[in-house]
Amino acid sequence: MAKAILGDSEKWFIVHGVQDDFRTDGRSCESYRHIELETGILSNTHGSARIRLGSSELLVGVKVELGTPKPQRINEGWLEFHVDCSPNAHPVFQGRGGKELSDNICSMLTRVYRNNTVMDLEALGVIPQKHCWVVHVDVLILECGGNLIDAASIAVKASLYNTGIPNISLTDGDEGEVEINLPDDPEDVKHLKTINCPVLVTLSKIGNRHIVDATDEEECCCSASLVMGVTRRGHTVGVRKMGGGSLDPESLTEMIDSGKKIGRQLHISLDKLLKIEAGMSEDIKQTGYL
Amino acid sequence: MNNSIVIRLPSKKRLNAQVPLSSNSFLITPGSVITEDADYMRGHGTYTNDDEEDHKLYASVAGVVERINKLVCVRALKTRYNGEVGDIVVGRIKEVQQKRWKVETNSRLDSVLHLSSVNLPGGELRRRSAADELTMREYLKEGDLISAEVQQVHTDGMLSLHTRSLKYGKLGQGCCVTVSPSLIKRRKNHVHNLSCGVTIILANNGYIWINSTAVDGTKTTGDGGFVVDTEPVQMDDREAICRVRNCILCLSRSSVMLYDTSVLYAYEASLQYQVKELLLDEIATEIVDQTLSLLERESSGNG
Repeated sequence: MAKAILGDSEKWFIVHGVQDDFRTDGRSCESYRHIELETGILSNTHGSARIRLGSSELLVGVKVELGTPKPQRINEGWLEFHVDCSPNAHPVFQGRGGKELSDNICSMLTRVYRNNTVMDLEALGVIPQKHCWVVHVDVLILECGGNLIDAASIAVKASLYNTGIPNISLTDGDEGEVEINLPDDPEDVKHLKTINCPVLVTLSKIGNRHIVDATDEEECCCSASLVMGVTRRGHTVGVRKMGGGSLDPESLTEMIDSGKKIGRQLHISLDKLLKIEAGMSEDIKQTGYL
Repeated sequence: MNNSIVIRLPSKKRLNAQVPLSSNSFLITPGSVITEDADYMRGHGTYTNDDEEDHKLYASVAGVVERINKLVCVRALKTRYNGEVGDIVVGRIKEVQQKRWKVETNSRLDSVLHLSSVNLPGGELRRRSAADELTMREYLKEGDLISAEVQQVHTDGMLSLHTRSLKYGKLGQGCCVTVSPSLIKRRKNHVHNLSCGVTIILANNGYIWINSTAVDGTKTTGDGGFVVDTEPVQMDDREAICRVRNCILCLSRSSVMLYDTSVLYAYEASLQYQVKELLLDEIATEIVDQTLSLLERESSGNG
Protein backbone atom coordinates (compact mmCIF):
# COMPACT_ATOMS: atom_id res chain seq x y z
CA MET A 1 0.00 0.00 0.00
CA ALA A 2 1.28 3.51 -0.69
CA LYS A 3 2.19 4.42 2.87
CA ALA A 4 2.27 7.97 4.13
CA ILE A 5 5.36 8.75 6.17
CA LEU A 6 4.58 10.20 9.59
CA GLY A 7 6.71 11.47 12.42
CA ASP A 8 6.63 9.79 15.82
CA SER A 9 4.72 12.53 17.61
CA GLU A 10 2.06 12.64 14.89
CA LYS A 11 1.61 8.89 15.34
CA TRP A 12 1.24 9.37 19.10
CA PHE A 13 -1.43 11.99 18.48
CA ILE A 14 -3.38 9.56 16.29
CA VAL A 15 -2.99 6.61 18.68
CA HIS A 16 -4.14 8.64 21.70
CA GLY A 17 -7.03 9.98 19.66
CA VAL A 18 -8.18 6.47 18.79
CA GLN A 19 -7.99 5.50 22.46
CA ASP A 20 -10.26 8.44 23.30
CA ASP A 21 -12.65 7.47 20.46
CA PHE A 22 -12.02 10.83 18.79
CA ARG A 23 -10.05 10.57 15.56
CA THR A 24 -8.24 13.37 13.74
CA ASP A 25 -11.30 14.35 11.73
CA GLY A 26 -13.68 14.04 14.66
CA ARG A 27 -15.10 10.63 13.74
CA SER A 28 -15.65 7.83 16.21
CA CYS A 29 -13.84 4.53 15.82
CA GLU A 30 -16.72 2.91 13.97
CA SER A 31 -17.89 5.53 11.51
CA TYR A 32 -17.13 5.89 7.84
CA ARG A 33 -16.27 9.03 5.95
CA HIS A 34 -18.76 10.57 3.57
CA ILE A 35 -19.51 8.09 0.74
CA GLU A 36 -20.79 9.15 -2.68
CA LEU A 37 -21.90 6.48 -5.12
CA GLU A 38 -23.25 6.59 -8.64
CA THR A 39 -24.06 3.69 -10.95
CA GLY A 40 -24.51 3.31 -14.68
CA ILE A 41 -22.13 6.06 -15.73
CA LEU A 42 -20.14 4.17 -18.37
CA SER A 43 -22.28 3.55 -21.40
CA ASN A 44 -19.92 1.06 -23.04
CA THR A 45 -20.11 -1.43 -20.17
CA HIS A 46 -22.86 -3.73 -19.00
CA GLY A 47 -22.71 -2.26 -15.53
CA SER A 48 -20.62 0.37 -13.80
CA ALA A 49 -20.30 2.31 -10.58
CA ARG A 50 -18.20 5.15 -9.27
CA ILE A 51 -17.54 5.61 -5.58
CA ARG A 52 -15.93 8.40 -3.61
CA LEU A 53 -15.07 7.49 -0.02
CA GLY A 54 -13.54 10.54 1.64
CA SER A 55 -10.61 11.21 -0.68
CA SER A 56 -10.46 7.72 -2.25
CA GLU A 57 -12.03 7.42 -5.66
CA LEU A 58 -12.66 4.20 -7.59
CA LEU A 59 -14.39 3.30 -10.82
CA VAL A 60 -15.77 -0.20 -11.46
CA GLY A 61 -16.87 -1.49 -14.85
CA VAL A 62 -18.56 -4.83 -15.53
CA LYS A 63 -18.54 -6.52 -18.92
CA VAL A 64 -19.99 -9.94 -19.64
CA GLU A 65 -18.94 -12.30 -22.39
CA LEU A 66 -19.72 -15.84 -23.42
CA GLY A 67 -17.13 -18.37 -22.41
CA THR A 68 -16.63 -22.05 -21.69
CA PRO A 69 -17.63 -23.34 -18.26
CA LYS A 70 -15.00 -24.75 -15.96
CA PRO A 71 -14.73 -28.56 -16.07
CA GLN A 72 -15.73 -29.04 -12.41
CA ARG A 73 -18.77 -26.78 -12.69
CA ILE A 74 -20.34 -27.36 -16.08
CA ASN A 75 -23.65 -25.65 -15.28
CA GLU A 76 -22.23 -22.47 -13.89
CA GLY A 77 -20.59 -19.28 -15.09
CA TRP A 78 -18.06 -17.37 -13.05
CA LEU A 79 -16.83 -13.92 -12.05
CA GLU A 80 -13.40 -12.65 -12.87
CA PHE A 81 -11.92 -9.69 -10.98
CA HIS A 82 -9.17 -7.37 -12.07
CA VAL A 83 -7.84 -4.38 -10.17
CA ASP A 84 -5.81 -1.64 -11.82
CA CYS A 85 -3.98 1.03 -9.82
CA SER A 86 -3.74 4.14 -11.96
CA PRO A 87 -0.54 6.22 -11.55
CA ASN A 88 -2.91 9.20 -11.14
CA ALA A 89 -3.64 7.91 -7.67
CA HIS A 90 -0.04 7.82 -6.50
CA PRO A 91 3.30 8.11 -8.32
CA VAL A 92 4.35 4.82 -6.72
CA PHE A 93 1.87 3.00 -8.96
CA GLN A 94 3.87 3.66 -12.11
CA GLY A 95 4.87 0.59 -14.02
CA ARG A 96 4.54 -2.45 -11.77
CA GLY A 97 4.44 -0.44 -8.54
CA GLY A 98 0.77 -1.05 -7.90
CA LYS A 99 0.93 -4.79 -8.45
CA GLU A 100 1.03 -5.79 -4.77
CA LEU A 101 -1.94 -3.64 -3.85
CA SER A 102 -3.99 -4.76 -6.82
CA ASP A 103 -3.19 -8.43 -6.17
CA ASN A 104 -4.32 -8.03 -2.55
CA ILE A 105 -7.66 -6.46 -3.41
CA CYS A 106 -8.24 -8.85 -6.31
CA SER A 107 -7.58 -11.98 -4.26
CA MET A 108 -9.83 -10.77 -1.44
CA LEU A 109 -12.69 -10.06 -3.84
CA THR A 110 -12.24 -13.41 -5.60
CA ARG A 111 -12.26 -15.23 -2.28
CA VAL A 112 -15.49 -13.74 -0.99
CA TYR A 113 -17.32 -14.11 -4.29
CA ARG A 114 -16.31 -17.72 -4.79
CA ASN A 115 -18.97 -18.80 -2.31
CA ASN A 116 -22.11 -20.36 -3.80
CA THR A 117 -24.46 -18.63 -1.37
CA VAL A 118 -23.15 -15.22 -2.40
CA MET A 119 -24.03 -15.32 -6.05
CA ASP A 120 -26.23 -17.71 -7.96
CA LEU A 121 -23.66 -18.92 -10.49
CA GLU A 122 -26.09 -21.33 -12.14
CA ALA A 123 -28.04 -18.34 -13.42
CA LEU A 124 -24.91 -17.51 -15.41
CA GLY A 125 -24.92 -20.82 -17.21
CA VAL A 126 -26.21 -20.92 -20.80
CA ILE A 127 -25.59 -24.35 -22.30
CA PRO A 128 -24.08 -26.92 -19.94
CA GLN A 129 -20.50 -27.78 -20.82
CA LYS A 130 -20.50 -25.54 -23.86
CA HIS A 131 -21.31 -21.91 -23.01
CA CYS A 132 -21.72 -19.76 -19.98
CA TRP A 133 -21.54 -16.11 -19.01
CA VAL A 134 -18.21 -14.89 -17.72
CA VAL A 135 -18.58 -11.66 -15.75
CA HIS A 136 -15.44 -9.50 -15.87
CA VAL A 137 -15.32 -6.95 -13.09
CA ASP A 138 -12.61 -4.30 -13.53
CA VAL A 139 -11.76 -1.96 -10.70
CA LEU A 140 -9.78 1.19 -11.45
CA ILE A 141 -8.27 3.11 -8.56
CA LEU A 142 -8.21 6.80 -9.40
CA GLU A 143 -7.35 8.39 -6.08
CA CYS A 144 -5.71 6.87 -3.04
CA GLY A 145 -7.04 8.14 0.27
CA GLY A 146 -7.01 5.06 2.46
CA ASN A 147 -9.43 2.15 2.82
CA LEU A 148 -9.42 1.09 -0.82
CA ILE A 149 -10.60 -2.46 -0.09
CA ASP A 150 -13.93 -1.38 1.43
CA ALA A 151 -14.55 1.15 -1.31
CA ALA A 152 -13.81 -1.45 -3.99
CA SER A 153 -16.25 -3.95 -2.49
CA ILE A 154 -19.09 -1.41 -2.18
CA ALA A 155 -18.57 -0.26 -5.76
CA VAL A 156 -18.40 -3.87 -6.99
CA LYS A 157 -21.73 -4.69 -5.35
CA ALA A 158 -23.30 -1.55 -6.80
CA SER A 159 -21.99 -2.25 -10.30
CA LEU A 160 -23.20 -5.87 -10.18
CA TYR A 161 -26.61 -4.58 -9.13
CA ASN A 162 -26.50 -2.28 -12.13
CA THR A 163 -25.29 -4.99 -14.57
CA GLY A 164 -27.63 -6.09 -17.29
CA ILE A 165 -26.91 -9.38 -19.07
CA PRO A 166 -28.49 -9.59 -22.52
CA ASN A 167 -31.52 -11.86 -22.64
CA ILE A 168 -30.38 -14.48 -25.08
CA SER A 169 -32.66 -17.02 -26.69
CA LEU A 170 -31.64 -20.50 -27.73
CA THR A 171 -32.85 -21.98 -30.99
CA ASP A 172 -32.02 -25.23 -32.72
CA GLY A 173 -29.64 -24.63 -35.56
CA ASP A 174 -28.09 -26.89 -38.20
CA GLU A 175 -26.50 -30.23 -37.38
CA GLY A 176 -28.09 -30.39 -33.94
CA GLU A 177 -26.09 -27.38 -32.73
CA VAL A 178 -27.93 -24.92 -30.54
CA GLU A 179 -27.77 -21.32 -31.76
CA ILE A 180 -27.53 -18.40 -29.41
CA ASN A 181 -29.47 -15.28 -30.46
CA LEU A 182 -28.81 -11.90 -28.98
CA PRO A 183 -31.79 -9.58 -28.54
CA ASP A 184 -32.12 -6.54 -30.84
CA ASP A 185 -33.13 -4.21 -28.06
CA PRO A 186 -30.13 -3.22 -25.91
CA GLU A 187 -32.50 -2.60 -23.01
CA ASP A 188 -33.64 -6.23 -23.02
CA VAL A 189 -31.54 -7.40 -20.15
CA LYS A 190 -31.83 -9.52 -17.07
CA HIS A 191 -30.28 -8.37 -13.83
CA LEU A 192 -28.16 -10.39 -11.45
CA LYS A 193 -29.44 -11.18 -8.00
CA THR A 194 -27.08 -9.28 -5.75
CA ILE A 195 -29.07 -9.60 -2.56
CA ASN A 196 -26.40 -11.79 -0.95
CA CYS A 197 -23.32 -10.05 -2.31
CA PRO A 198 -20.90 -9.21 0.46
CA VAL A 199 -19.06 -6.02 1.31
CA LEU A 200 -15.55 -6.09 2.70
CA VAL A 201 -14.98 -4.32 6.01
CA THR A 202 -11.42 -3.51 7.04
CA LEU A 203 -10.80 -3.21 10.76
CA SER A 204 -7.39 -1.77 11.63
CA LYS A 205 -5.90 -2.27 15.06
CA ILE A 206 -4.34 0.85 16.51
CA GLY A 207 -3.08 0.65 20.09
CA ASN A 208 -5.70 -1.27 22.04
CA ARG A 209 -8.70 -0.42 19.90
CA HIS A 210 -9.73 -1.03 16.34
CA ILE A 211 -11.02 1.44 13.80
CA VAL A 212 -12.98 1.24 10.61
CA ASP A 213 -12.28 3.23 7.45
CA ALA A 214 -8.71 4.24 8.17
CA THR A 215 -7.23 7.18 6.28
CA ASP A 216 -3.69 7.04 4.86
CA GLU A 217 -2.19 8.47 8.06
CA GLU A 218 -4.12 6.07 10.28
CA GLU A 219 -3.08 3.11 8.15
CA CYS A 220 0.50 4.12 8.81
CA CYS A 221 -0.03 3.73 12.58
CA CYS A 222 -1.81 0.39 12.48
CA SER A 223 0.14 -2.77 13.10
CA ALA A 224 -2.40 -5.32 11.92
CA SER A 225 -5.76 -5.27 10.22
CA LEU A 226 -8.56 -7.68 9.57
CA VAL A 227 -10.51 -7.73 6.31
CA MET A 228 -13.82 -9.56 6.44
CA GLY A 229 -16.56 -10.13 3.91
CA VAL A 230 -20.00 -9.58 5.42
CA THR A 231 -23.35 -10.27 3.76
CA ARG A 232 -26.59 -8.39 4.27
CA ARG A 233 -27.70 -10.73 7.04
CA GLY A 234 -24.44 -10.30 8.91
CA HIS A 235 -22.85 -13.60 7.91
CA THR A 236 -19.11 -13.74 7.40
CA VAL A 237 -17.98 -15.13 4.07
CA GLY A 238 -14.24 -14.59 4.27
CA VAL A 239 -11.66 -13.29 6.71
CA ARG A 240 -8.06 -12.34 6.16
CA LYS A 241 -5.49 -10.81 8.45
CA MET A 242 -3.11 -8.30 6.93
CA GLY A 243 -0.09 -6.57 8.35
CA GLY A 244 2.85 -7.71 10.42
CA GLY A 245 1.49 -7.11 13.92
CA SER A 246 -0.25 -9.62 16.16
CA LEU A 247 -3.88 -9.85 17.24
CA ASP A 248 -4.81 -11.60 20.43
CA PRO A 249 -7.90 -13.85 20.49
CA GLU A 250 -10.17 -11.57 22.57
CA SER A 251 -9.60 -8.59 20.33
CA LEU A 252 -10.10 -10.87 17.33
CA THR A 253 -13.62 -11.86 18.40
CA GLU A 254 -14.38 -8.24 19.30
CA MET A 255 -13.26 -7.08 15.86
CA ILE A 256 -15.28 -9.74 14.06
CA ASP A 257 -18.42 -8.84 16.01
CA SER A 258 -18.07 -5.15 15.27
CA GLY A 259 -17.25 -5.95 11.64
CA LYS A 260 -20.52 -7.86 11.29
CA LYS A 261 -22.48 -4.98 12.81
CA ILE A 262 -20.84 -2.43 10.55
CA GLY A 263 -21.27 -4.64 7.50
CA ARG A 264 -25.00 -4.85 8.15
CA GLN A 265 -25.23 -1.07 8.43
CA LEU A 266 -23.31 -0.64 5.18
CA HIS A 267 -25.69 -3.00 3.38
CA ILE A 268 -28.76 -1.14 4.66
CA SER A 269 -27.44 2.22 3.44
CA LEU A 270 -26.21 0.80 0.13
CA ASP A 271 -29.43 -1.06 -0.66
CA LYS A 272 -31.47 2.05 0.14
CA LEU A 273 -29.41 4.16 -2.23
CA LEU A 274 -29.47 1.60 -5.04
CA LYS A 275 -33.27 1.39 -4.82
CA ILE A 276 -33.59 5.18 -4.92
CA GLU A 277 -31.28 5.40 -7.91
CA ALA A 278 -33.06 2.65 -9.80
CA GLY A 279 -36.36 4.43 -9.24
CA MET A 280 -35.06 7.78 -10.48
CA SER A 281 -36.32 8.85 -13.89
CA GLU A 282 -34.03 8.86 -16.92
CA ASP A 283 -34.32 12.64 -17.28
CA ILE A 284 -32.22 13.38 -14.22
CA LYS A 285 -28.69 13.85 -15.47
CA GLN A 286 -25.88 12.09 -13.76
CA THR A 287 -22.96 13.91 -12.26
CA GLY A 288 -20.32 11.65 -13.78
CA TYR A 289 -16.96 13.29 -14.18
CA LEU A 290 -17.77 16.73 -15.49
CA MET B 1 -29.61 1.12 16.38
CA ASN B 2 -28.29 4.42 15.12
CA ASN B 3 -26.97 3.97 11.59
CA SER B 4 -24.07 6.35 11.21
CA ILE B 5 -22.99 5.21 7.75
CA VAL B 6 -24.33 7.49 5.04
CA ILE B 7 -24.08 6.64 1.35
CA ARG B 8 -25.50 9.20 -1.04
CA LEU B 9 -25.59 10.25 -4.65
CA PRO B 10 -22.86 12.74 -5.55
CA SER B 11 -23.84 16.35 -5.08
CA LYS B 12 -24.11 18.24 -8.34
CA LYS B 13 -23.43 21.67 -6.89
CA ARG B 14 -19.73 22.49 -6.96
CA LEU B 15 -18.33 24.45 -4.04
CA ASN B 16 -17.67 27.78 -5.72
CA ALA B 17 -15.98 30.58 -3.88
CA GLN B 18 -18.24 33.58 -3.70
CA VAL B 19 -15.19 35.73 -3.10
CA PRO B 20 -15.70 38.97 -5.01
CA LEU B 21 -12.89 39.63 -7.46
CA SER B 22 -11.07 42.89 -6.90
CA SER B 23 -11.13 45.20 -9.90
CA ASN B 24 -7.35 45.10 -10.30
CA SER B 25 -6.97 41.37 -10.86
CA PHE B 26 -6.73 40.10 -14.38
CA LEU B 27 -7.04 36.34 -14.64
CA ILE B 28 -5.63 34.61 -17.67
CA THR B 29 -5.43 31.07 -19.06
CA PRO B 30 -2.51 29.40 -20.86
CA GLY B 31 -2.23 30.32 -24.51
CA SER B 32 -4.16 33.57 -24.33
CA VAL B 33 -2.61 36.81 -25.46
CA ILE B 34 -1.61 39.17 -22.68
CA THR B 35 -0.60 42.09 -24.87
CA GLU B 36 0.36 42.78 -28.46
CA ASP B 37 2.73 45.60 -27.58
CA ALA B 38 6.36 44.73 -28.36
CA ASP B 39 7.74 47.01 -25.62
CA TYR B 40 7.08 44.68 -22.73
CA MET B 41 9.72 42.37 -21.31
CA ARG B 42 8.83 38.76 -20.72
CA GLY B 43 8.75 37.58 -17.10
CA HIS B 44 7.91 34.21 -15.54
CA GLY B 45 4.89 32.48 -16.98
CA THR B 46 4.99 34.14 -20.40
CA TYR B 47 6.38 33.31 -23.83
CA THR B 48 6.39 34.66 -27.37
CA ASN B 49 6.57 33.15 -30.84
CA ASP B 50 9.88 34.61 -31.97
CA ASP B 51 9.74 33.56 -35.59
CA GLU B 52 6.62 35.54 -36.45
CA GLU B 53 6.49 39.21 -37.18
CA ASP B 54 4.02 40.12 -34.47
CA HIS B 55 5.38 40.18 -30.97
CA LYS B 56 2.39 38.93 -29.08
CA LEU B 57 2.98 37.95 -25.50
CA TYR B 58 1.23 34.72 -24.48
CA ALA B 59 0.65 33.32 -21.03
CA SER B 60 2.01 29.83 -20.31
CA VAL B 61 0.26 29.25 -16.97
CA ALA B 62 -3.17 29.96 -15.56
CA GLY B 63 -3.06 32.80 -13.10
CA VAL B 64 -2.97 36.50 -12.39
CA VAL B 65 -1.11 38.94 -14.63
CA GLU B 66 1.30 41.16 -12.74
CA ARG B 67 2.90 44.15 -14.37
CA ILE B 68 5.79 46.09 -12.88
CA ASN B 69 6.67 48.97 -15.25
CA LYS B 70 7.71 47.17 -18.42
CA LEU B 71 7.97 43.68 -16.98
CA VAL B 72 4.96 41.41 -17.43
CA CYS B 73 4.74 38.12 -15.56
CA VAL B 74 1.96 35.68 -14.74
CA ARG B 75 1.73 34.36 -11.20
CA ALA B 76 0.19 30.91 -11.27
CA LEU B 77 -2.58 30.14 -8.78
CA LYS B 78 -1.90 26.43 -8.43
CA THR B 79 1.80 25.98 -8.09
CA ARG B 80 4.53 24.47 -6.00
CA TYR B 81 5.91 26.61 -3.23
CA ASN B 82 8.44 29.22 -4.36
CA GLY B 83 10.48 30.14 -1.34
CA GLU B 84 11.65 33.56 -0.31
CA VAL B 85 14.13 34.53 2.39
CA GLY B 86 12.43 34.95 5.75
CA ASP B 87 9.47 32.70 5.04
CA ILE B 88 8.41 30.28 7.69
CA VAL B 89 8.00 26.71 6.44
CA VAL B 90 6.88 23.42 7.91
CA GLY B 91 8.69 20.50 6.34
CA ARG B 92 9.11 16.77 6.71
CA ILE B 93 12.55 15.18 6.94
CA LYS B 94 13.05 13.04 3.89
CA GLU B 95 16.68 11.96 4.14
CA VAL B 96 19.56 12.12 6.59
CA GLN B 97 22.79 12.88 4.72
CA GLN B 98 26.34 13.49 5.83
CA LYS B 99 26.13 16.92 7.44
CA ARG B 100 22.64 17.90 6.52
CA TRP B 101 19.03 16.83 6.33
CA LYS B 102 16.89 16.90 3.18
CA VAL B 103 13.50 18.37 3.97
CA GLU B 104 10.40 18.02 1.84
CA THR B 105 8.57 21.36 1.69
CA ASN B 106 6.14 21.08 -1.25
CA SER B 107 8.54 22.95 -3.55
CA ARG B 108 10.18 21.88 -6.79
CA LEU B 109 13.36 20.73 -5.08
CA ASP B 110 13.89 19.34 -1.61
CA SER B 111 15.10 21.94 0.86
CA VAL B 112 18.26 21.47 2.82
CA LEU B 113 18.86 21.91 6.56
CA HIS B 114 22.53 21.96 7.51
CA LEU B 115 23.77 20.56 10.78
CA SER B 116 25.25 23.99 11.52
CA SER B 117 21.83 25.60 11.13
CA VAL B 118 20.13 23.79 13.99
CA ASN B 119 20.21 24.31 17.73
CA LEU B 120 21.88 21.38 19.44
CA PRO B 121 21.51 20.66 23.15
CA GLY B 122 24.26 22.25 25.17
CA GLY B 123 23.94 25.81 24.02
CA GLU B 124 23.94 27.63 20.75
CA LEU B 125 27.66 28.24 20.32
CA ARG B 126 28.80 24.66 20.67
CA ARG B 127 31.22 23.50 18.01
CA ARG B 128 29.90 20.70 15.83
CA SER B 129 31.99 17.60 16.45
CA ALA B 130 32.31 14.38 14.53
CA ALA B 131 30.11 12.72 17.14
CA ASP B 132 27.33 15.16 16.30
CA GLU B 133 27.53 14.12 12.69
CA LEU B 134 27.13 10.45 13.54
CA THR B 135 24.20 11.01 15.89
CA MET B 136 22.18 13.23 13.55
CA ARG B 137 19.45 10.66 13.39
CA GLU B 138 18.85 10.96 17.11
CA TYR B 139 17.84 14.58 16.69
CA LEU B 140 15.85 14.45 13.48
CA LYS B 141 15.01 11.31 11.57
CA GLU B 142 12.99 10.49 8.47
CA GLY B 143 9.35 11.44 8.82
CA ASP B 144 9.76 14.10 11.54
CA LEU B 145 8.01 17.42 11.04
CA ILE B 146 9.94 20.60 11.69
CA SER B 147 9.20 24.29 11.52
CA ALA B 148 12.01 26.39 10.10
CA GLU B 149 12.79 29.66 8.40
CA VAL B 150 14.21 30.10 4.92
CA GLN B 151 17.76 31.38 5.20
CA GLN B 152 18.81 31.41 1.58
CA VAL B 153 17.39 30.66 -1.87
CA HIS B 154 19.87 29.13 -4.32
CA THR B 155 19.86 29.92 -8.02
CA ASP B 156 18.10 26.67 -8.90
CA GLY B 157 15.32 27.38 -6.42
CA MET B 158 16.54 25.09 -3.64
CA LEU B 159 15.95 26.49 -0.16
CA SER B 160 18.36 26.50 2.76
CA LEU B 161 16.53 26.37 6.06
CA HIS B 162 17.55 27.14 9.61
CA THR B 163 16.00 26.51 13.02
CA ARG B 164 18.30 28.75 14.95
CA SER B 165 15.60 30.22 17.14
CA LEU B 166 13.67 28.63 19.95
CA LYS B 167 10.39 29.18 18.19
CA TYR B 168 11.45 26.75 15.44
CA GLY B 169 12.41 23.12 15.69
CA LYS B 170 10.83 19.68 15.80
CA LEU B 171 7.07 19.74 16.12
CA GLY B 172 5.32 17.76 18.83
CA GLN B 173 1.88 16.23 19.02
CA GLY B 174 -0.62 17.77 16.69
CA CYS B 175 -2.09 17.69 13.26
CA CYS B 176 -0.72 18.74 9.85
CA VAL B 177 -3.02 19.91 7.05
CA THR B 178 -1.83 20.37 3.47
CA VAL B 179 -3.32 23.16 1.35
CA SER B 180 -2.16 24.96 -1.78
CA PRO B 181 0.62 27.50 -1.02
CA SER B 182 -1.25 30.25 -2.86
CA LEU B 183 -4.02 30.20 -0.26
CA ILE B 184 -1.77 31.33 2.57
CA LYS B 185 -1.90 35.09 2.91
CA ARG B 186 1.46 36.75 3.46
CA ARG B 187 1.44 38.39 6.87
CA LYS B 188 3.97 39.68 9.36
CA ASN B 189 3.24 36.85 11.74
CA HIS B 190 2.44 33.27 10.79
CA VAL B 191 2.28 31.64 14.20
CA HIS B 192 -1.03 32.40 15.86
CA ASN B 193 -2.40 31.49 19.28
CA LEU B 194 -6.12 31.28 18.67
CA SER B 195 -8.52 32.03 21.49
CA CYS B 196 -9.80 28.44 21.51
CA GLY B 197 -6.56 27.14 23.04
CA VAL B 198 -4.98 26.11 19.77
CA THR B 199 -1.75 27.31 18.17
CA ILE B 200 -1.56 27.25 14.39
CA ILE B 201 1.45 27.75 12.17
CA LEU B 202 0.25 28.89 8.73
CA ALA B 203 3.48 28.07 6.93
CA ASN B 204 4.05 29.73 3.57
CA ASN B 205 4.56 26.41 1.83
CA GLY B 206 1.01 25.26 2.44
CA TYR B 207 1.64 22.91 5.37
CA ILE B 208 -0.43 24.09 8.31
CA TRP B 209 0.47 22.78 11.75
CA ILE B 210 -2.12 22.73 14.52
CA ASN B 211 -1.34 21.91 18.12
CA SER B 212 -2.57 22.88 21.54
CA THR B 213 -1.23 26.02 23.20
CA ALA B 214 -0.66 24.44 26.60
CA VAL B 215 2.20 22.26 25.36
CA ASP B 216 4.05 25.17 23.79
CA GLY B 217 4.80 26.74 27.17
CA THR B 218 7.52 24.16 27.79
CA LYS B 219 9.47 25.04 24.67
CA THR B 220 11.64 27.64 26.35
CA THR B 221 13.56 25.13 28.48
CA GLY B 222 16.62 25.67 26.33
CA ASP B 223 17.11 22.09 25.25
CA GLY B 224 16.93 23.05 21.60
CA GLY B 225 13.35 21.95 21.18
CA PHE B 226 14.20 18.36 20.36
CA VAL B 227 12.62 16.62 23.31
CA VAL B 228 9.09 15.66 22.35
CA ASP B 229 6.27 15.22 24.78
CA THR B 230 4.46 11.88 24.65
CA GLU B 231 1.72 12.73 27.17
CA PRO B 232 -1.75 12.36 25.65
CA VAL B 233 -3.41 15.60 24.62
CA GLN B 234 -6.43 16.55 26.74
CA MET B 235 -9.88 15.88 25.28
CA ASP B 236 -11.06 19.49 24.93
CA ASP B 237 -7.75 20.48 23.35
CA ARG B 238 -8.04 17.55 20.96
CA GLU B 239 -11.56 18.56 20.02
CA ALA B 240 -10.44 22.13 19.34
CA ILE B 241 -7.53 20.90 17.20
CA CYS B 242 -9.76 18.63 15.13
CA ARG B 243 -12.38 21.35 14.73
CA VAL B 244 -9.79 23.83 13.45
CA ARG B 245 -8.43 21.18 11.10
CA ASN B 246 -11.86 20.52 9.60
CA CYS B 247 -12.56 24.27 9.28
CA ILE B 248 -9.29 24.80 7.41
CA LEU B 249 -10.18 21.95 5.05
CA CYS B 250 -13.61 23.51 4.38
CA LEU B 251 -12.03 26.89 3.64
CA SER B 252 -9.32 25.45 1.39
CA ARG B 253 -11.84 23.47 -0.65
CA SER B 254 -13.66 26.72 -1.40
CA SER B 255 -10.38 28.54 -2.15
CA VAL B 256 -10.73 31.09 0.65
CA MET B 257 -7.50 32.85 1.67
CA LEU B 258 -6.23 31.51 4.97
CA TYR B 259 -5.11 33.81 7.74
CA ASP B 260 -5.82 34.05 11.45
CA THR B 261 -9.06 36.01 11.11
CA SER B 262 -10.62 33.76 8.49
CA VAL B 263 -9.73 30.63 10.45
CA LEU B 264 -11.14 32.14 13.65
CA TYR B 265 -14.41 33.18 11.99
CA ALA B 266 -14.77 29.72 10.46
CA TYR B 267 -14.14 28.17 13.87
CA GLU B 268 -16.82 30.33 15.49
CA ALA B 269 -19.28 29.54 12.69
CA SER B 270 -18.63 25.83 13.15
CA LEU B 271 -19.32 25.72 16.90
CA GLN B 272 -22.99 24.92 16.34
CA TYR B 273 -22.13 21.65 14.58
CA GLN B 274 -20.35 18.53 15.71
CA VAL B 275 -16.74 18.15 14.55
CA LYS B 276 -17.41 15.16 12.31
CA GLU B 277 -20.37 16.90 10.62
CA LEU B 278 -18.03 19.56 9.25
CA LEU B 279 -16.89 17.13 6.57
CA LEU B 280 -20.31 17.12 4.88
CA ASP B 281 -20.73 19.33 1.81
CA GLU B 282 -23.81 21.29 2.93
CA ILE B 283 -22.39 22.20 6.31
CA ALA B 284 -19.03 23.10 4.77
CA THR B 285 -20.72 25.47 2.31
CA GLU B 286 -22.71 27.09 5.11
CA ILE B 287 -19.62 27.69 7.23
CA VAL B 288 -17.73 29.16 4.26
CA ASP B 289 -20.67 31.46 3.46
CA GLN B 290 -20.85 32.69 7.04
CA THR B 291 -17.08 33.26 7.16
CA LEU B 292 -17.10 35.19 3.89
CA SER B 293 -19.99 37.40 4.99
CA LEU B 294 -18.24 38.17 8.29
CA LEU B 295 -15.01 39.02 6.46
CA GLU B 296 -16.84 41.23 3.97
CA ARG B 297 -18.61 43.05 6.77
CA GLU B 298 -15.30 43.66 8.49
CA SER B 299 -13.57 44.94 5.36
CA SER B 300 -16.49 47.20 4.42
CA GLY B 301 -16.61 48.44 7.99
CA ASN B 302 -12.91 49.33 7.88
CA GLY B 303 -12.82 50.71 4.35
